[in-house]
Amino acid sequence: MIELIAQVIIGVGLAFDLFGCIGLVRLPDVYNRVQAATKCVTLGTCMILVGTFLHAVGVGDGAMGSKALLCALFVLLTSPVAAHAIARGAYRSGVRLWEGSVVDRYGEALGAIHPKGERAEPAESPRPVAASEEPKP
Amino acid sequence: MSLFLAIVAAGLVLGSFLCLYRIGRGPTAPDRTVAIDILGTLVVGFCCLLALWTGQDFYMNIAIAWALLSFIGTIALAKYLEGRYYDD
Repeated sequence: MIELIAQVIIGVGLAFDLFGCIGLVRLPDVYNRVQAATKCVTLGTCMILVGTFLHAVGVGDGAMGSKALLCALFVLLTSPVAAHAIARGAYRSGVRLWEGSVVDRYGEALGAIHPKGERAEPAESPRPVAASEEPKP
Repeated sequence: MSLFLAIVAAGLVLGSFLCLYRIGRGPTAPDRTVAIDILGTLVVGFCCLLALWTGQDFYMNIAIAWALLSFIGTIALAKYLEGRYYDD
């Protein structure tokens, strides 16, 4: 019985992984790809790990089950942080939003974009970083 | 159980090839970074499948180490994209 539950959970996790990878290929923008791929793949991999834990409980392998739970905790902690860092780095390196995007709160907060939606000076400063934050030589 | 594991492995291989398509095609460097991060998370799933297939638990050690090292590599790449140095 617990084997069947583990297989169902692993199958659903595989489906989430595939949906995340399809979103990584199909979506038009770096930021859309980040938010689709990271959430789906994090949940899918955590479900595969929980399924491994249930299978190990069914078999009676305590070492594999505890390591699977620990690995699920690590994936759940590190993957959103990494995605946040990538999105922030992409915005600060000057990657533009998709032209169908309707709002850019981060740009408004940085002061690089007026609330109407047009950029302040797109030609002079392609990256919205203040002059004091330029890289040290 | 073995047929089921083969199906799951085939699905993960398909997802990995989608990630490789984005790594090769991606128009900007952050696209490639996202795809590398997702590929690292899929490898953790592969390690789980190997542990289930062989019934040996040391593959889960590889999964834990891979998750942590992939996180460190992704943070380093994101810092590089941002154009800053590692001490601020």
